[in-house]
Amino acid sequence: MNWSEFFSMGGYGFYVWGSYITALILLGGEVLLLGRRKRALGNRVNRDQD
Amino acid sequence: MNLYKYASPSAFYPLAGKMIPWFAVSAAIFFAVAMYFGFVLAPQRAGDQNQVYHIIFIHVAAAWMGMFLYVLMAIYAGIGWAFNARLASMMASSLSITGAIFTLLSLVTGSLWGKPTWGTWWAWDARITSTLILLFLYIGFISLQSAIDDQRRADKAGAVLALVGVINVPIIYFSVQWWNTLHQGATIRLLEKPKMTSPMLIAMLVMLVACWLYSIAVVLIRLRCIILEREQNAAWVSEGAA
Repeated sequence: MNWSEFFSMGGYGFYVWGSYITALILLGGEVLLLGRRKRALGNRVNRDQD
Repeated sequence: MNLYKYASPSAFYPLAGKMIPWFAVSAAIFFAVAMYFGFVLAPQRAGDQNQVYHIIFIHVAAAWMGMFLYVLMAIYAGIGWAFNARLASMMASSLSITGAIFTLLSLVTGSLWGKPTWGTWWAWDARITSTLILLFLYIGFISLQSAIDDQRRADKAGAVLALVGVINVPIIYFSVQWWNTLHQGATIRLLEKPKMTSPMLIAMLVMLVACWLYSIAVVLIRLRCIILEREQNAAWVSEGAA
């Protein structure tokens, strides 16, 4: 099986890859926003506790 | 080791910090393994289904996570309410976001599967509708938490909503048996020989483990943020502030 065949998924590429890209966007977005929230809090905790 | 010690936010905070990288790294490895099994080792077609079936790996894992995390959220919210344990309430808040994201993901991937398979993006079928209600319960919980200023009152109100909403989880799970739904029946049942080939089954289960590990990592990171936000006036936090 070559790559273009692999990506076309028998003509269902939009649906199959769309699903995995949605997963990537939702979960990646969650991680990104969480990173921002964490940075906004800064390093407030006593260093020897962390 | 005194485990009760970790029920206090100040003791739990550094412990969670040490655990997060392990869960994050293993989640990434499990995701990669699941994709390898699902797209390289699994057959191109599954029974009467064409290649669109590959959506199932992420769809089923997301749907299960949406339900598991809801039950977990309700348990923590209940503990936080009944025993006045603030760390448990913070855990419930942290779980609600990740649970809502997985529920949304299960609806979107289901829609992307439904269009080429059933010819429709959406159907008011029992399972799909009850999953939509699950998303609304999560959104209700999250908005209730942000709408009430008094944090402990918000936790209590959230706990009531979360516990009442638990009834929806068995409804989602058994909907395909109780009603004649467009949605297909359970793919995997305990105590029954699975209806799929082994690389497919492995891909699905490894994906589920990956989603669990991912959830644990992000929920702990968010829990640490919530702890800092809520306890910023407590001595153990403010002493460390620069």
